[in-house]
Amino acid sequence: MTIFDYLLAHPQEVLALTGEHVSLAGVSVAIATVTGVPLGVFIARRPALANTVLGAVNAIHVVPSLALFGFLFAVPWIGERAPRMAILALSLYALLPILRNVCAGILGVDPTVIEAGRGLGLTESQLLRRVELPLAFGVIVAGIRVAVVLDVGIATIAAAIGAGGLGELIFRGLAMVNTSLIFAGALPAAVLALAADLSLGWIESRLRERV
Amino acid sequence: MSAAPSTPAIAFRGTSYQLPGGEALVESLSLEIREGVTLILLGRSGSGKTTTLKLMNRLLEATAGELLVEGKRVEDWDVIRLRRRMGYAIQDAGLFPHYTVERNIGLLPSVEGWPATRIRERVQELLEMVGLESGIAGRYPRELSGGQRQRVGVARALALDPPVLLMDEPFGALDPMTRAELQGEFAQLQKRLKKTIVLVTHDLREALLLGTEIVLLDAGRLVGRYAPAEFMRTADPLAVAYRHAFSAPNGSPLPPAAGGVR
Repeated sequence: MTIFDYLLAHPQEVLALTGEHVSLAGVSVAIATVTGVPLGVFIARRPALANTVLGAVNAIHVVPSLALFGFLFAVPWIGERAPRMAILALSLYALLPILRNVCAGILGVDPTVIEAGRGLGLTESQLLRRVELPLAFGVIVAGIRVAVVLDVGIATIAAAIGAGGLGELIFRGLAMVNTSLIFAGALPAAVLALAADLSLGWIESRLRERV
Repeated sequence: MSAAPSTPAIAFRGTSYQLPGGEALVESLSLEIREGVTLILLGRSGSGKTTTLKLMNRLLEATAGELLVEGKRVEDWDVIRLRRRMGYAIQDAGLFPHYTVERNIGLLPSVEGWPATRIRERVQELLEMVGLESGIAGRYPRELSGGQRQRVGVARALALDPPVLLMDEPFGALDPMTRAELQGEFAQLQKRLKKTIVLVTHDLREALLLGTEIVLLDAGRLVGRYAPAEFMRTADPLAVAYRHAFSAPNGSPLPPAAGGVR
């Protein structure tokens, strides 16, 4: 009897749950990126607004994740399906590192470069698309990377509300005091987090090299 | 040499710029800049020379008085059109670090919708104009020397062939040898370009070498306006102090004033 037993006996199930896990975390980070990048760009140069928004998003992280999943039962439409709740919660978690890094990235662009661009006659949107965002891109990707690792981890808890994913194996293993079952959930989750971290890290370093 | 046109390229009429806190960086400045001159804004740090320059392309908005560009109030100009009619070159060049030399210089032509072949030709033409080899086009700013970066900055400012060129200490960050070299070359380029140039500097040598007129600023106010040769003679205490600060310890003279001939 080894801890690999369950993994070796049920590869199909582990694979299917890994797929669910990837889609939970992936969809959530995608939603957080699509909303977080424009929001971050909007608040970056408005310090008062940035403080408020970052404060509010930060407050979400104070709520224990298990409780946050639970609270969402009360939300109409979202509360009807467990994966919806999980994705909303995971998107909210992913929002903080993304927002924070978009702000930091934009504010980190050398003001001389921005002033040169503006003085030469670039419009504000040209300045954003051609100068600020490309120069902030490495930092933004770093934020997305943190969000991915965070969500791959927290997504295991989504199984507690029946949203699926590798957490199912872990929770089942906990209930049955079966280490090999826990391991069958934990190992792929760890591998996922590492793989995502390394690949995004590679992209990030490539981007920073250019600047 | 044609007669001075009736409408000055740029005219300040009692223009002021005040910080929200109340401190005035430029105080009721009245100054006409005729087309084709190279006007030097000379002054020490905090004299308001950079502020004066930024009022012209509306990086800063005057808080009082009027400022006319080609006879039209700056606020009536479309700000993007206004800026694209005024090349802008600054200290350290402020090149876009993620763009090659070619894209740095070609950015404005490209947002203006020029076809790619015309942009490439223009970039080559400008590189030659500022004394750079065409092979440098594919390099990134971090791969250039300070002097090369500054040259690229000037080329970028000239990309759209603007009638006015605003330069804020464009040679300020260079070592003295490179600076002298670039100043000399720019003096040559200036003759070919025939543009209205407003150049901010605290370097009297640069002012005398490049300027057709020197405007001396102090604490946000205009102290005097001189032809370069005149600047060397005037008894104005600040001008005297300037001459003194720039005379060599052994008393050797400053470079001859170049602008007096116009």
